[in-house]
Amino acid sequence: MFKFDKLVFGDAGWGDEFLIATFMTLLVSILSMGLGLFLAIITVWAKIIQNRITRFIANFYTTVIRGVPELLVIYLIFFGGNAVVMSIAKVFGYNKYIELNALTIATIAIAVISATYSSEVLRASYLAISKGQIEAARALGMNKFSIFFKVISPQVVRHALPGIGNVWQITLKDTSLISVTGLVEIMRQSRISSNVEHSPLTFLITAAILYLCLTTISGRIFKTLEVNYSKGFST
Amino acid sequence: MIEFLNSIQNSLIYKNFFLVLSGLDNTILLLLISLPLGFVLALLFALGRVSKITLLSRTIASYIFVIRGTPLLVQIYLIYFGLGSVKFIRESFLWYALKEPFWCGVIALTINTVAYGAEIFRGGIQSIEKSQVESGLSLGFGKFLLLRKIILPIAIRKVLPSYGNELILMVKATSLVSLTTYMEMTGIARKIMAKTFAPVEAFIAAGILYLFLNFLMVQFVKYLEWKYNPHLRLNN
Repeated sequence: MFKFDKLVFGDAGWGDEFLIATFMTLLVSILSMGLGLFLAIITVWAKIIQNRITRFIANFYTTVIRGVPELLVIYLIFFGGNAVVMSIAKVFGYNKYIELNALTIATIAIAVISATYSSEVLRASYLAISKGQIEAARALGMNKFSIFFKVISPQVVRHALPGIGNVWQITLKDTSLISVTGLVEIMRQSRISSNVEHSPLTFLITAAILYLCLTTISGRIFKTLEVNYSKGFST
Repeated sequence: MIEFLNSIQNSLIYKNFFLVLSGLDNTILLLLISLPLGFVLALLFALGRVSKITLLSRTIASYIFVIRGTPLLVQIYLIYFGLGSVKFIRESFLWYALKEPFWCGVIALTINTVAYGAEIFRGGIQSIEKSQVESGLSLGFGKFLLLRKIILPIAIRKVLPSYGNELILMVKATSLVSLTTYMEMTGIARKIMAKTFAPVEAFIAAGILYLFLNFLMVQFVKYLEWKYNPHLRLNN
């Protein structure tokens, strides 16, 4: 039933494969979280500037992606992404077959999903900044860039950290869905190993424990960051 | 005009839409069993979590910790592939349920939503003001009456928005059950994709249906909020 002795490192076991898979999961999570935050900032910007068209596009994007299962989004980008990239390349006169590698597709797919959650968090924390501060900064003669970098972003970071921590946990767990695209992360590795060793329970429990470690450790890191960023504020 | 209608009827999205629609009942069946079951169990677990019995509270806390720390996909696979590989489960009565991907999906979804729901309800129960409980006690309410008349109504009312979020997450989570060969909407969309090599058309048809399902869910939660928050209505 259990074959935990198969988890040794080296050729006899799957230990090193699982280690690499764990790093792959972390890599996809970090890359897509970063890209997701970037997309989220654009989305928030599109929502808060007083422009109907950008606001409609941003609202449409967040509503649709959050209303559709993550698996569907991943399938759509995995199976449809190549065609989109190729048709864009055709516009520029490049007619050969292009295939995006699994890591790129995984990162884009998870980022598109995580950006919708991040954007809600960022928008809420942007709205939490009182108008008076921005007006005060303007009264001091600060230009738009220094208002953004010196007044808005430090406070947004502090307000948003708990929420971003939650989004990170969701993103980390969503990477397990990427296994359907064939990228070898923890979930895919556990399926491969259990197919070879005919012991799904062993390797699925291993995967569960690895995910549990990842979420717990990153949760701790976010707690520390929160404490660091809210120094001087009694919460 | 007729030509236009014909072209719509012959389009892939239109055809796929009805194919995927035939999987809607399977998706709803999953939800119809796991959501009510999850609601009741989540309430019980939340009560156990805030109870003064340390062992019970600790056990439930660790259960919530494990379920919330692992992806749903791992839980579904553990139940479908993992438990199915154990010999004595295959020989016991449990096998009648566990050999069906449908029941595996129901069990996994329920286990998952109970953990999240219990945490949400715990927040609701703990946010009740002491004075309300005390006034109930001073009126001579017993423990059960207190729970039924004061704690649960207030707690559930408070957590309705966040529990509504969890309900929507559950609607989306049903798509993962398709990975255990259960043919609900995502499974059918994937099958269409494999047959026609037209991924975008197949998945957009499924996406529209999921959006519609979630829209209904949002309206349902809004109605519940309206119904159970009479004091917050603007005009009676």
